[in-house]
Amino acid sequence: MGRLYAVEIVYRGIFQKNLAKNISRAIVLAAHKEGKPGISFGRYGDSPERNGIPAKAFAIVATDEQTLEEGMAKYEPTQVDVSICVDDTLFKGVESWAWYGLQPINKLVKPGGTLIVTSLEEPAALAEMAHRKEAPYQLAVIKAQPSFSGLWVYKDDHTDVRILGAIARVCPELFSLASVQEVIRKDTKDELKATSALRSFERVTTYEVQPTQGNPEEPYKFEMPKWHEMRDGIAIPSIAPGHKMKDPITGTEGGFQPARNPTFKKYATRTMRPVVDFDKCIKCTLCWLACPDSCFDVTPENLYDANLEACCGCGVCEAVCPEPNCVTMVNETHFSDNSSQWQAYRKDAEGYKANLASLIATRPERSHGFRFRGQYEEQVPAIIQAAEAEQQKQTQA
Amino acid sequence: MAEAIITPHVEEPKKKAPAQGDETSLITGSEAIAVACQLADVDVITAYPIRPYDTVMQYVAKLVANGEMDCEYIVAEGEHSQFEIVKHASACGARVFTGSSGVGWMYAMECLTVTPSLRIPMIAMVGNRALDDPGAFGVEHNDALAVRDLGWQLVWVDSAQEALDTALIAYRVAEDRRIFLPCAISCDGAFLTHSQGIVKIPSRAKVDAFLPRYDRKDLLLHPDNPITVAPQANEDWLMEIRRGTAAAMERSAGVIREAYADFERIFGRKYGNPFFEEYMTDDADVVLVGMGTLSNPVRVAIRQMREEGKKVGFVRLRWFRPFPAEELAKSLGRFKAVGVIDRDFSLGSPYHSGVVATEVRTALYQSENRPQVVGFICGLGGREVTLPDVRKMSEIVSQAASGKPQPATQWIGLRE
Repeated sequence: MGRLYAVEIVYRGIFQKNLAKNISRAIVLAAHKEGKPGISFGRYGDSPERNGIPAKAFAIVATDEQTLEEGMAKYEPTQVDVSICVDDTLFKGVESWAWYGLQPINKLVKPGGTLIVTSLEEPAALAEMAHRKEAPYQLAVIKAQPSFSGLWVYKDDHTDVRILGAIARVCPELFSLASVQEVIRKDTKDELKATSALRSFERVTTYEVQPTQGNPEEPYKFEMPKWHEMRDGIAIPSIAPGHKMKDPITGTEGGFQPARNPTFKKYATRTMRPVVDFDKCIKCTLCWLACPDSCFDVTPENLYDANLEACCGCGVCEAVCPEPNCVTMVNETHFSDNSSQWQAYRKDAEGYKANLASLIATRPERSHGFRFRGQYEEQVPAIIQAAEAEQQKQTQA
Repeated sequence: MAEAIITPHVEEPKKKAPAQGDETSLITGSEAIAVACQLADVDVITAYPIRPYDTVMQYVAKLVANGEMDCEYIVAEGEHSQFEIVKHASACGARVFTGSSGVGWMYAMECLTVTPSLRIPMIAMVGNRALDDPGAFGVEHNDALAVRDLGWQLVWVDSAQEALDTALIAYRVAEDRRIFLPCAISCDGAFLTHSQGIVKIPSRAKVDAFLPRYDRKDLLLHPDNPITVAPQANEDWLMEIRRGTAAAMERSAGVIREAYADFERIFGRKYGNPFFEEYMTDDADVVLVGMGTLSNPVRVAIRQMREEGKKVGFVRLRWFRPFPAEELAKSLGRFKAVGVIDRDFSLGSPYHSGVVATEVRTALYQSENRPQVVGFICGLGGREVTLPDVRKMSEIVSQAASGKPQPATQWIGLRE
């Protein structure tokens, strides 16, 4: 039996679908240049994709046809040589909409395998964001804003070729830089993209993650019931109504917290989260009304607290809020928990406000799919311009 | 409302069916089913006209208009809505009735597919009619048989009396918490839907004793029982859901048996084996098998042939789903050859047979005694199954029994 290579691409549904497909196709085509057969596919269970919901694509390559067929006998691989994460907020875990509980981002990475990510965060911070793994693995970071440049339509920002260049570096036996550049040139007829792959090949940094690093929490999961344990008629219990909330300081009861599905949390659907300046709230109820996930808890004093077990990070609350700087979307990577902002505010209003100010000041603006389009309109042109200038400089030299 | 002519009922005044002893009436098979709905105090009835099913909706409309029946009677804008409305009403705890024919039934197909999975005990009357094209009113069984794999209980009747009785039995079985699966009662177009016969109409007291009120229990869609029905579920759930529906169908035969035993006890009318009826089979060498009203010419032809010393019998299949495989195989195993008369077709099926022949062969495959099975396609589009047709089929089966190979499928009564 020959050697089998499996690569997964973890991405945000719809927004990054074409990006993931481009990468998985190019992997197979580049390996094929070297005589290796392969196939590429999107996970069917993720389809139809939902905005921003984590999804997966796979590329399976082998040294010969029979090995490939043996590899494909298990449709979705249980282990991969290389895992690619095109959005660093997914390091907190992967919750597909077809629902398997929370899967650690590094779950499928083989011992000694590589997890490639596009991120502006430091490797150590990323390693801590991911769940712990028993065996060491490599973390390869491509310094880049996670690509949401296209929203619903694919707009090229070179993320695909930068990832392909990095694969040639971390897993050269899968394909060489020359092979993948050949594929890129043939596909795009754009020498700048072939150069982007080369730069990424040269610059990608790898970092060994030890079993002591990472989030020690057991990722939440649930047991699938047996057929005779399930209720007849495709009926499931509805979520009960809600209950009053309790002020952590005064013990005053009031407001309303809706009950929520205890097995369906939305921690990993967000790239950004809303933070609320409760002192600015005019209690207009618009965020509470507009939220498509009913994520706002009404506090006893009628403030609105975004419950982060239910928030999918769409940003509608920020968009509808009439009060400047009352609801602000900030980068999800800054947080390691999902606790109540209102409780923190009630316990220490000054500390809360200071933290809020720093979160807003330091947030890198990024897409969360619905509102911010600056990535394509501002950031990508700047990156392309810089790359072209560098290319020109090199040519002159 | 002509309230004055209605016998009042103290406990539940909305029931308008005769409260006293059995009466007799000259009614069609369709009308008999409408009377069963009246006796069963059905809550919601939906209708959309198509021949020959429309005979039942017209009679229900008449009962309602005359103030003899109190139900929500809704004429929908098409069969799809017609079946959807009763599906939802049933989920909310209403006893329901509906029905259709031919392509009307097929137009409701999306609803027909989801009804068993949702465990909805919908009772439908199918006035069997040929599927278009060509547009034809006459009987073929392909309409009802189209749902044979989906979790519908399917029963064929051959008289107005049996139609009434079977409708009551169908409610009893379908609404049993162990089952909660829909049931379609098939009545051959024209021969049963448009032919009147003398029918004994039981007293409501007997019906009440036989048929408990529909109680949807834990599956009731009601604010006091908050549930979500039919959420999206993919590969992690679907097999388990299908297995649950299959288990209900597996339990159905036992519940049917219980219901017939109780029916006999309460109403005093005997149906013997609920699943199929045997006629002159005790000493038969060969038998014919068929469903629905072709039983009439078959029985007459058999009596004639008996007088000529030919040992022919007849097995009329009532319940097609659940299919009584073991029992039928055991019974048919006694004969030298079996001829199955299909009033349907199953194009491209094994031996290009009809549906029933294919099922009979499958049922026999596991049995120790496997008689020759000859399939006949006969009586399509409402063409009469004639006495000479039956004699011809019997002759072919007898030839098979005597060891002369016969084509596996033959079209009878065809101009050729």
